[in-house]
Amino acid sequence: MSLTNKPTANGGFVPRDRAWQPDALTPQYKTSVKRSPHAALLSFPSTLSEETSPVFGHSMLGALDNDLIHNFAADGQSAIGPRIIVHGRVLDEMGRPVPGALLEFWQANAGGRYRHKKESYLAPLDPNFGGCGRTITGDDGSYEFRTIQPGPYPWPNGMNDWRPAHIHFSVFGNGFAQRLITQMYFEGDPHIRLCPIVGVLKSQDAIDALTAPLDMHRTVPMDSRAFKFDIVLRGRRQTYFENRKEGM
Amino acid sequence: MVQKIDYLRESPSQTAGPYVHIGCTPNFTGIDIYGGDLGTSMKTGPVQGQEITIKGTVFDGTGTPLKDAMIEIWQPDAAGLFPSENETRGTADPNFTGWGRSPGDMNTGEFTFETVKPGGVPWPDGRIQAPHITAWIVARGINLGLHTRIYFDDEPDANAADPILTRIEHQNRIPTLLAKKTDQGAYQFDIHLQGPNETIFFDI
Repeated sequence: MSLTNKPTANGGFVPRDRAWQPDALTPQYKTSVKRSPHAALLSFPSTLSEETSPVFGHSMLGALDNDLIHNFAADGQSAIGPRIIVHGRVLDEMGRPVPGALLEFWQANAGGRYRHKKESYLAPLDPNFGGCGRTITGDDGSYEFRTIQPGPYPWPNGMNDWRPAHIHFSVFGNGFAQRLITQMYFEGDPHIRLCPIVGVLKSQDAIDALTAPLDMHRTVPMDSRAFKFDIVLRGRRQTYFENRKEGM
Repeated sequence: MVQKIDYLRESPSQTAGPYVHIGCTPNFTGIDIYGGDLGTSMKTGPVQGQEITIKGTVFDGTGTPLKDAMIEIWQPDAAGLFPSENETRGTADPNFTGWGRSPGDMNTGEFTFETVKPGGVPWPDGRIQAPHITAWIVARGINLGLHTRIYFDDEPDANAADPILTRIEHQNRIPTLLAKKTDQGAYQFDIHLQGPNETIFFDI
């Protein structure tokens, strides 16, 4: 058995827990109504097409890719807002680290405004903040990046809906079946319990799984606070007793 | 009481939201900090096999094209080999990445992939599956990324013997999984999230 989630020749994925993941149709999040498939999904055991995944090397990363405070800023400038470090580990459902996982993250600025031409919120852009970054997990599945804490913002859904402060994450594992996009929320944000998008989650446990606690141990004194956010990807079966030639 | 099985639970998914392009294709949105977007080109040099272009559009249940989606594809090379760490059957074409990502056209939402016709990949029992490409769709309003496959309508014999296509109960829905050949080396693959032509999506 391998200690990590690194692929082996015979590592099918355990099924995704559809009772835990959000449903496609969640009417309180209005956009889902016409964008949700109605037919049942077709289930089958994972094959090489789902058990393999593109490999991203650390060499593709620029020095500031995981520093959103500076990666869009003019020389000598930095983004405005509460300085934070976000760190954690990418694990699989068996608790094994997922090394080499590409993480991409994006977020609004400290005023709750995205740098996007379709964004209409009146809060101002920060000329020194682009709002995206990326990194790749180390051998122990760990990652970290530096950014500013994003602000909450209003969005057109109900008449007065606001998103809690959040950071979007896109995650690659070692198999395309693990591909995941999710959002990280911040401990103590009163908007979490009010948000229709958070509301698609089916339990308080699921909300907690996306809520990052303040982590004073990783806080840098007189510089940045830290939040810890672990990410769990689907688990891969690993056993000597799996003979795929004889059946599934 | 029995012992506790202490597996972790997969992180719950949340929608990619309206600004997924900021995070995944920032250059496309005018944020040029990486020197280009990942997945824009699937070829790093001359590739083996037949080069093809796949175009398509993602439609919602009203027939409206999505302009804020992101589509990713993952496939083997022309010989059926993946450029992946756990490809044990051989070495894939070094000039082919196997992975493409498209934010769609800014005005129409149409996505385009310049790729190669994939080779066959074995089913767990050793049978060779029909040539196919794995596709993954995320967008505002999609709570959990949608997996599907792109098969090819000019592979009727391979499709008729494919272990997945033959197990589909509603055979009249199979055309939703077929890229339609529109010209030499050109295919059309539209994705319908909902409605009478709803694409077959996979629980994989």
